[in-house]
Amino acid sequence: MTTTVWIILAGALATYLTRIGGHLVLSRFPVIHPRVEAALNAVPPAVLTTIVAPSLVYAGPAETATLVIAAIAALYLPPLGMFAVGWAAILALRAIIG
Amino acid sequence: MANPTHAVPDLRAEFWAGARSPFAPMVAAAPFGALFGALAVDNGFSVGEAVLMSATVFAGASQMVGIELFGQNVAPWLIVFSIFAVNFRHVLYSAVLGRRMGHMSTWQRSVAFFFLLDPHFAESERRAESGKKLTFAWMIGGGLTWWISWIIVTFIGALFGRLVPNPEALGIDFLLPVYFLSLVMAFRKRPNWVPVVLASGLASIAAYHFVGSPWHVSIGAIAGVLTGAALGEPAKARVLAP
Repeated sequence: MTTTVWIILAGALATYLTRIGGHLVLSRFPVIHPRVEAALNAVPPAVLTTIVAPSLVYAGPAETATLVIAAIAALYLPPLGMFAVGWAAILALRAIIG
Repeated sequence: MANPTHAVPDLRAEFWAGARSPFAPMVAAAPFGALFGALAVDNGFSVGEAVLMSATVFAGASQMVGIELFGQNVAPWLIVFSIFAVNFRHVLYSAVLGRRMGHMSTWQRSVAFFFLLDPHFAESERRAESGKKLTFAWMIGGGLTWWISWIIVTFIGALFGRLVPNPEALGIDFLLPVYFLSLVMAFRKRPNWVPVVLASGLASIAAYHFVGSPWHVSIGAIAGVLTGAALGEPAKARVLAP
């Protein structure tokens, strides 16, 4: 099997562990400590922010402007609408700024 | 097998009621499944590998993170760890839903938990909240519908991705950052969202500059999670769905 397939299967196992692990581990405790819950709640936005943040600074002026426009659009539009605005923005801005 | 002490629910009706439950969110999610397929191929996956990932990992955001890091030639263990980190939120879902699934057998729970997508969790929790019993048939009906459609749209997207010779010209290469931004913004109602995003954003940019990719992911995420833990939960509200 290729490395890619191994990465996929290991990622699948890791994902399944998160899906069953909460029930197996956290359900043994009657109450989830507020700090644990706050930390768990912070995980998805924290991880996803790190993926997008460098693009905001290092990808180029058209890319930076696109992310700013898309972020503002997200305040008013559902995800697909925001996504369409972002797509239109990167096409237009690359054509203008390069 | 089925619990004999309960009145036998109409399994078929339960299954189809579950199968119908994801219709609206699926219309919204389908384009992203196709996008995953197209970008996976763009980042070096084969069509089969893209479909395999959708069928086994079955968690959109983490699949996107996986192919993004894969395209940057990041070490395999770090890709797997990043997938794990993005999916770590499921721990809360399964802890919460597990309490509604006490009537199921161990193997039924083991199967049902595989399908725990964010929207499927939200629908399941809503059904349980409304006083209906959360049956295995209902959960599998919804889960299988999601699973099969996710695989189909991935396949379509991957085929389409192979047909696009120059993704940059269509702006497709920058759709991933826009997609991740949409997810970050979708979480904005969560407690401590602003400080968490600021902390992880600034830490990841600094780490990207001084340490280099891919360490900005781990370093930034740790900064954000520590910030979240330090601030704690302002109210007892259990905020789960994005």
